[in-house]
Amino acid sequence: MKILVNAETKDVSAHVLSDILVELGYGDVKIATALNEAFVAKMARTQTNVVAGDRLEIVTPRQGG
Amino acid sequence: MRQFYGTTLSSRLMLGTAQYPSPAILSDAFRRSDASVATVSVRREAGRGGEGQDFWDLIAALGVKVLPNTAGCHSVREAVTTAHMARELFDTTWIKLEVIGHSDTLQPDPFGLVEAARILCDDGFEVFPYTTEDLVLADRLLEAGCQVLMPWGAPIGTGLGLNNIYGLRSLRAHFPDVAMVIDAGLGLPSHAAMAMELGYDAVLLNTAVSKAGDPAQMAKAFACAVEAGFLAHQADPMPARDMAAPSTPVIGKAFLE
Repeated sequence: MKILVNAETKDVSAHVLSDILVELGYGDVKIATALNEAFVAKMARTQTNVVAGDRLEIVTPRQGG
Repeated sequence: MRQFYGTTLSSRLMLGTAQYPSPAILSDAFRRSDASVATVSVRREAGRGGEGQDFWDLIAALGVKVLPNTAGCHSVREAVTTAHMARELFDTTWIKLEVIGHSDTLQPDPFGLVEAARILCDDGFEVFPYTTEDLVLADRLLEAGCQVLMPWGAPIGTGLGLNNIYGLRSLRAHFPDVAMVIDAGLGLPSHAAMAMELGYDAVLLNTAVSKAGDPAQMAKAFACAVEAGFLAHQADPMPARDMAAPSTPVIGKAFLE
C-alpha cells in the first residue's frame, strides 16, 4: 500500500507501524513518530495499524536554537 | 542560582546548536562558553538513518542539559505533537515552547502559546515558553502552569539586542520570583551583560555565536559578559542621573586664579 512518509510517497507491505519502520530501515534508529499529525509513542507502535494514504512523520534529533 | 523546575544550572548561559560551520566548532564553542544548557530540535529523518544519532552522540558528549524546542510550529496541535516527539527522543520533560504567530518577525502567537502551554503543563511537561515582554501574557503563562518565562530580547536571529528595555525591566519587576531567561535577538556580549544587569537569570542565544567569524571565541566573550552582568546586578548598580556630579571632592580644592 502507498503511504506518505515525511511527505514522500512510499510503497510498504506491512500494516503495523513497528513493522513498517523496520521495512523502511528504521528498526534500530533513534526516532520519534507521528501518524496523521498525532504522536505515536514507541510503546504503541506495535498496536498501531496503518492504512493506505496515512501520513507518517519520522523525526530524529537535530540542531536547534 | 535560580532553579529551573528544580534544577540548579552550573552557568547562566544557554546555547543553541544550530548553524555552526562544523560539529567540531560547535563542540569547541560549547567548551569555551561553559554553557549549561543546549537547545536542540526534532526534524524529519533525511533517510540515511544515521545523522540524528550522530548529532545526539555529539550533544551527549557535551555533558550539558538538553532543552528541545518546538521551533517552526505555527499551531497548537503542531507544537504539542512536536513536544511529545521531543520528550520521547531526548528523554526529558523540558520543552522550549515556540508557537510562532508571524512569519516575518517570528513573534509568538500569544493565544496559541498559552493554550499549548496549558496542555503541555497538564501533561507533565516543564515548559519554557518563548514569549514577549507582555505582562498580561506572562501572567497567563504562569496561570497555565509555567514556572519559567523566556521573553525575547528582539526577533530571532536579528542580533538587535534588547528592543524594549522598559518592558523587560517592568516584566522582571512584576515577577521577581519567577525564573526568567532572555531568549532570542542577542547579537553582542554587551546585550547579554545588559540582560543580566536587568536581573534576568540567564540568557539563551544561538546565532550570535554560531555565525560569528570565530564562534568559540565569541562563546567565551558571551560567557564573560553573562558573568559580568550577573555580578553587576548583584553589586546593586548606582542610579543613573541627568545632571553631572563631580566624583572628586570639591572641599579642599586650592583656590588658584
